[in-house]
Amino acid sequence: MIEFIKQPWHWSIAGIMIGLTVPILLLIGNKTFGISSSLRHICAACFPANLSYFNYNWRKEIWNLFFVFGVLLGGIITNQFLSNPNDIIINENTIRDLKALGVTDFSNLMPSDIFSVDNIFTLKGLIFFVIGGFLVGFGTRYAGGCTSGHSIMGLSNLQLPSLIATICFMVGGFAMTNLILPYIFKLF
Amino acid sequence: MNNIEKQKIEEFVCDAPNNQVASESFVSNLKYLFVGIVFGIVFIKAEIVSWFRIQEMFRLQSFHMYGVIGTAVVVGMISVQIIKRFKIKTISGESVVIPKKPFNKGQIYGGLIFGLGWAITGACPGPLFAQIGYGFLVVGVTFLSAIAGTWVYGALQSKLPH
Repeated sequence: MIEFIKQPWHWSIAGIMIGLTVPILLLIGNKTFGISSSLRHICAACFPANLSYFNYNWRKEIWNLFFVFGVLLGGIITNQFLSNPNDIIINENTIRDLKALGVTDFSNLMPSDIFSVDNIFTLKGLIFFVIGGFLVGFGTRYAGGCTSGHSIMGLSNLQLPSLIATICFMVGGFAMTNLILPYIFKLF
Repeated sequence: MNNIEKQKIEEFVCDAPNNQVASESFVSNLKYLFVGIVFGIVFIKAEIVSWFRIQEMFRLQSFHMYGVIGTAVVVGMISVQIIKRFKIKTISGESVVIPKKPFNKGQIYGGLIFGLGWAITGACPGPLFAQIGYGFLVVGVTFLSAIAGTWVYGALQSKLPH
């Protein structure tokens, strides 16, 4: 059984479980699914700086922080007990394309060429961690939600604004991957 | 700012509001911790947190991520319809409230900006937490930067086109 769980899970299993998060959160506490709000609550709790955007009762939304702390614990538990012993299997064409860009490590979930502590104070670190993270935080707040709040919760509730947001997420991602990333990789 | 105004702004931007009337204790909040743990395990086991999987998706070289998101949306949609149709109540007996998301141009500009960041980092906000937990500690830098991005949005909100 445990060996079975350790294998990478099929997309349909993950899709069903993620989809079920929507009714589960609604029914156990009238909570609307969304994760990027947690970043806002952290700002509101730690450094509100008298900004009206962070001046609200974040304690009422504390469930969201419990939830994301759970996601972090889920990562730790998987690493300790359920980790896949084999290399990740990704599409050959993706490997070929990324090799051409200079990625050499294809063993784990993230390439160590980029996501290693040694890169923190390098140009790579600046782009992939600092700028990338900033765009994620700024963009999700500006859009009023992320993949969970808009693409899953919003689309589940048939919200047109969420469809527009989701299309824009995808357009941004396609543009970065296919148009901008090749130039970024030339910098290293 | 009076309360009504404040409420308006919150409704406008908070994508994951707590609509439960009754307040909750620490123990009661552990429910969400548990759901989060399961969610985090699914994120890692289905490799949704993988930078490679995001690259596959944006290069149209794998169905994996489309399958995950598509299935999740269908399951979520059916569930929400069932809850609405049969007026299913929460476990504490309240009517389920799902706020509408009003349109503003932020969904376009912000959506594009987030998309750019998603393809660089290989993570939306949820996977950031799971990646750090799984041991990619360097993603902590990405996380802090995402907090900074959130804060800067809060500081500039009134000056940005919406």
